[in-house]
Amino acid sequence: MDILNILLSESFWAASLRIATPLIFGVLGALLCERAGVLNLGIEGIFVVGAMCGWLAVWLGAGLWGGVLVAALAGAFFGLLHAILTVPLGLSQHVSGLGITLFATSVSYFSYRTALPNVSSPPRIEPFQPLDFPVLADLPFFGTVLFQQTALTWLALFMVVAVWYVMNRTALGIAIQAVGDNPDSVEAQGLSVFALRIGAVTAGSSLMALGGAFLTMSAFDAFFFGMVNGRGWVCIALVIFASWRPGKALLGALLFGAFDALQVRLQTQMGAAVPGQVFLMAPYILSIVALVIAARSADYPRALLTPWFKGQR
Amino acid sequence: MFEFGIPVLSAFVSLALAAIPLLLAGANPIAAYGQMIKGVFGSVFAISEMLTRATPLIFTGLAAALAFRAKLWNIGAEGQLYLGAMAAVAVGVGAFDVAGFILIPLIIVFGAAAGAAGMAAPTFLKARFGADEVVTTLLLNFIILIFVQMMLEGPLQDPMGLGWPQSAPVLDQGMLPRLMDRMRVHSGLIIALIAALVAQFMLARSVWGFQLRAVGENAVAARHAGIKVKRSLYSVAIISGGLAGLAGVSEVAGLKGYLTADLSPGFGYTGIVVAMLAGLSPIGVVVAAIFIASVFVGADSMSRAMGVSSFLADLVVSMSLLCVLIGGFIAKYRIIRADKGNTTS
Repeated sequence: MDILNILLSESFWAASLRIATPLIFGVLGALLCERAGVLNLGIEGIFVVGAMCGWLAVWLGAGLWGGVLVAALAGAFFGLLHAILTVPLGLSQHVSGLGITLFATSVSYFSYRTALPNVSSPPRIEPFQPLDFPVLADLPFFGTVLFQQTALTWLALFMVVAVWYVMNRTALGIAIQAVGDNPDSVEAQGLSVFALRIGAVTAGSSLMALGGAFLTMSAFDAFFFGMVNGRGWVCIALVIFASWRPGKALLGALLFGAFDALQVRLQTQMGAAVPGQVFLMAPYILSIVALVIAARSADYPRALLTPWFKGQR
Repeated sequence: MFEFGIPVLSAFVSLALAAIPLLLAGANPIAAYGQMIKGVFGSVFAISEMLTRATPLIFTGLAAALAFRAKLWNIGAEGQLYLGAMAAVAVGVGAFDVAGFILIPLIIVFGAAAGAAGMAAPTFLKARFGADEVVTTLLLNFIILIFVQMMLEGPLQDPMGLGWPQSAPVLDQGMLPRLMDRMRVHSGLIIALIAALVAQFMLARSVWGFQLRAVGENAVAARHAGIKVKRSLYSVAIISGGLAGLAGVSEVAGLKGYLTADLSPGFGYTGIVVAMLAGLSPIGVVVAAIFIASVFVGADSMSRAMGVSSFLADLVVSMSLLCVLIGGFIAKYRIIRADKGNTTS
């Protein structure tokens, strides 16, 4: 009954939402890029850039929201680079994405080491504090789970609605989906395939960077090497699981968060009986399982991975 | 001409671009480049260190080059390297106390087989369920690394190791012989060079290589031509994974002598850059691996002398990948323009 006790506790669900937050940003970002027809394997490196730049900006005195802005801009920069390489130049999205991940990661690590050459322990910032809604925070259950999260978690939840609204209720969203399915039809409408794709990849990448910024500015209060630890790759798996829908993306991220929160709690409870690494492995294995289940029926954007050139079919 | 020109140009452009971060870090770029060259070619010891560093990169570079030729995106060489290293340790630390001429081949075969299995599994998931191998191989890298940590605190832990998470040492007769006295460069390098030659021959001259290239160019056309596409994919997956496994074998049984969880500083990922710089040609992989290894060893030495972060090497390596991508585009564009000129005149 230990598991039942965990599942009924408020702290478990609060932790699930907290762990899910960076993934919500990441899956939404990947969704935007892929809906426009561009796979963005730069995600892992863009997470690192968001984490480092956001943290560094705050540490230099930009303020927390200043840090968020800097992170988003840095993500947009690397996204733009990926977009230029893959859209007008039409280069391999796989290789360019991996190149962006390597480049963004090494830029971040080099800048961090250069800015702080001689620190033994990473310097800390004052991170986002939980928002304390006056009455709502005292509600049973929901008070703890929902109304004591930080502002970035609320921003992530807002982004789910915003991305859903833009994709499904605006002409821009319809155009982005069309450019990922049938770019010729978009061209026939007199819209620019290049502009739509470049814009979607750039915007999606700044969302990814916010996922990284959450790590250093809300989940923790410092930057470590290797702190992103595959979260970006998990998002690439989750977006297929979510069949490129914002609502299902939220669900996927929450399920992953819940599973991760559960493994940490089981690990402390079961202690010596099972090696701790079994639990650490579980979330990655779950991602592969989710991918295998979803892959057959996955309705990939039809022009994903296919570069488009004017006057060429 | 472009085939060799672009990668060489990319290598130099990325090195030249490194002047920007060097200046930002407050170092004199000219002095830094001098220090790097001295650090790589300044002594026999330096060259030995560079070749030692190039050895695993040749293996992982070949692993990526062959798989990418078939458009099988094996991004999991890092994990497959650790599988090979684990197998080498499982076989080599005392399970079979036999003569070296038996033990060394045994370690090599088991290591390659473990790496091969590590790539066969995601290829099965791709062929059977349509699960994208990019994502599965990337996630497997993390799973395997955690598994290595678990093994090093469990069955593979050195009983005499005072509780450190490291394996027992490989038996002396199981170690790949050193190539020079008092130098770290070892015969793993010879195996890597032979692997590159064999891969080059197989790719260019064998039916297997032809089918593999055909599958990579156009899988549908290859199937219509009677090529068994899945069989071709499995065979390249096994060879690619096996080569990555050999990188682990060579690091454990050639260099370190035992296994720790920090055996590889990302050799698997760097192998992708090596393969791209090589234009996916096996012989080119050897040259590219030597270049990348020089950057790492040179940057380490420069970092010690001038206090600039050695992450500079990772910067140069990642920039060279982006440069070679862009260079490939420019080369293609120029060829098209020349063709147009010919037809109109």
